[in-house]
Amino acid sequence: MTPDLHLWLIPILPLAGAAINGLLGKRFSRQRVATVALAFSGAAFAMALWVASQVFFSSLPLPHVETVGTWLRSGAFTADFSFYLDQLSLVMLLIVTGVGFLIHIYSVGYMWEDGGFYRFFSYLNLFMFFMLTLVLASNYLLMFIGWEGVGLASYLLIGFWFTKDSAAAAGKKAFIVNRIGDFGFLIALFLMIKHFGSLDFQKVFEAAKPFAAETSGIGFLSAIALLLMVGASGKSAQIPLYIWLPDAMEGPTPVSALIHAATMVTAGVYMVARSHVIFERAPSALMVVAIIGTLTAFFAATIGIAQTDIKKVLAYSTVSQLGYMFMACGVGAFSAGIFHLMTHAFFKGLLFLAAGSVIHAVGGEQDMRQMGGLWKKIPWTWGTMLIATCAIAGIPGLSGFFSKDEILWRAYQASWVYWLVGVVTAFMTSFYMFRLMFMTFAGKYRGAAETSHDDHAAHGSHGHGPGGIHESPWIMLAPLVILAVLSVCGGWIGIPGSLGGNNYFDKFLGPVFRSSTPAVNAARIQAGETAPPEQATEGEEPKTGHSTELMFTGISVAAGLLGLFLAWLLYQRRPELPDRIVARFHGLYSSIAHKYWIDEMYAAIFVRPLIVLSRVVFWRTVDQGLIDGTLDASADSARELSDEVRHMQSGNLRSYAGWIAIGATAVIAYMVWVATK
Amino acid sequence: MVPLSLYLVLSGILFACGVTGFLIKRNIITIFMSIELMLNGVNLSFVAFAAKWQSLSGQVFVFFVMVVAAAEAAVGLAIIIAVFRTRETLNIDQVNLLKL
Repeated sequence: MTPDLHLWLIPILPLAGAAINGLLGKRFSRQRVATVALAFSGAAFAMALWVASQVFFSSLPLPHVETVGTWLRSGAFTADFSFYLDQLSLVMLLIVTGVGFLIHIYSVGYMWEDGGFYRFFSYLNLFMFFMLTLVLASNYLLMFIGWEGVGLASYLLIGFWFTKDSAAAAGKKAFIVNRIGDFGFLIALFLMIKHFGSLDFQKVFEAAKPFAAETSGIGFLSAIALLLMVGASGKSAQIPLYIWLPDAMEGPTPVSALIHAATMVTAGVYMVARSHVIFERAPSALMVVAIIGTLTAFFAATIGIAQTDIKKVLAYSTVSQLGYMFMACGVGAFSAGIFHLMTHAFFKGLLFLAAGSVIHAVGGEQDMRQMGGLWKKIPWTWGTMLIATCAIAGIPGLSGFFSKDEILWRAYQASWVYWLVGVVTAFMTSFYMFRLMFMTFAGKYRGAAETSHDDHAAHGSHGHGPGGIHESPWIMLAPLVILAVLSVCGGWIGIPGSLGGNNYFDKFLGPVFRSSTPAVNAARIQAGETAPPEQATEGEEPKTGHSTELMFTGISVAAGLLGLFLAWLLYQRRPELPDRIVARFHGLYSSIAHKYWIDEMYAAIFVRPLIVLSRVVFWRTVDQGLIDGTLDASADSARELSDEVRHMQSGNLRSYAGWIAIGATAVIAYMVWVATK
Repeated sequence: MVPLSLYLVLSGILFACGVTGFLIKRNIITIFMSIELMLNGVNLSFVAFAAKWQSLSGQVFVFFVMVVAAAEAAVGLAIIIAVFRTRETLNIDQVNLLKL
């Protein structure tokens, strides 16, 4: 008998906070709104820590399932309100509640001057509720509820400053693009019900285990896996559905940090990792995942190089890093993907919060060309952001180094192409991140006079004292410092064997990903290849020695340092060089700066034809012509008929009596006729 | 013995006279009398059938109808007098205050 952990409380607590702030917050003081929001998200975090302590110190058997009640029952199919705790969801749980709580704290400072203070925290708590439902769900349907819910919260928060047209449009774009992905997810769920008769994780995976890998052709497992990937690429901003994420930067910066960097966008990675049993049996789908991830990583990184908006750089960086995670999942290194997910949550959350602190400091300016020389004025922000930049660039010893290296190494074992693209991407990552650092913090301040900040209406409410550029209050700095510490130390739990560690993280997640003998290997054995049966996904002794792994580590570190050097050269040492390069490769530069005109392409291929189709066919023809026409015609004919017959209702009593007499006569005549026939 | 059909024909004629009077007359008292005529036309057919089938229920029914008709006459004539006092007319087409 396992103890009852009351897992349901973890998502419900933020929901209560959202309800209290959402319903009553208008009358609350700011202090009280902040207290409620922090208390409930903090309680969820405390609860998550307690659950973790149960796992680590009381050796709670995992996976641990708690059912609250039956939700749907239809024939043999049931879906329960039940929660599933294993190593994977525990990691996600800690990330979501921990980083989420820190960002709640930060938001108190960041949003203090905003008129929608209570609304913001209500949405933020609502997001926590849905995200926790997503990671704790024990069946795909409940997960889907969370999945849709975080999309809703994301929509609400992107469009938080809804009076701004661009923000409202960005919210809609995010929602619609996500819906396209959700469509794939839903079809995958239907296929699962059809083939497995259940959506419960354990039942589905048990049912899927007997199947061999679909090495040739595309069977239903591949179809399910590919459709899940469609959903994941929508939520996690992968090619071809990544376009919403950069626009999502219209939301407040803490939202970008929490939803569009640390947690929600990683839901796709979590979902793919959760469904690893299915993916492992669909090698072609896995390959699609790896290719999409690799392409996205590379592609987004190139766009990131030419962006000038500080948040847009980070947005493309996020897309690119998510690409790494999918690359890892695609080559079967699920725990490496989750490892990078975790470290990314730390350093990218930190980067966004620090960027928010920068934006806060300069009074709402987001264009890096208007910044520069800020490091002296906001030293804490600078310091923490530098740590995060080093982490994402893969400077040895920091968290990003270990996770990225793990992915690259695993990718190399699958194919050198992934590895090569990954290393080039790592170089670009390092370049654009240090470019951001140099442009923002080094050199001289290039902004306008420090008093005129009215160019950014949405941020206009961020009070910036008469003193001009200023460091953020401690309530914003404290989360930065904590995340900086995590960005440094977060990787130490996954130090690979080649560097003298024991990759504790991989071992911890092992029971999740190694619980099934991968069908890929089973098929290989059947095919007569000599693969040891227990050669599972990861963590096994590499086929090549440590020295090879170390060499690859060296190469990726060198790529990162090269990026640093190049950024230093171009943006610090010789600032005139970038302009000359731009002039030289004008076509290439403008296509990158315009994000390869992908948005325009989508607009031309999908959006505009759809609008024309809707206007001409659906609106003018079907709606106005067919539907309205039918209704109008029937209404008109009814009115004409009424015009004719309303003379019967004259109001003259004797005419009614006459009608009655005529009617009665007719009835009697009919009866007589029937009787005498 | 008068055959049943003759009673029924007479009953029908009386009823038809009542209906016709009801429809074409404008004077309230005449209309009232036409209604009585219709009722009695029906009464005649009731008693004729009662005699034919040797059943009392027809007779009993006629008594009920007569009682109701008497009550109706009392109330109806009172209303007619009241109408005449206020409107100073018995033309039913002019008693149309409640009409839109």
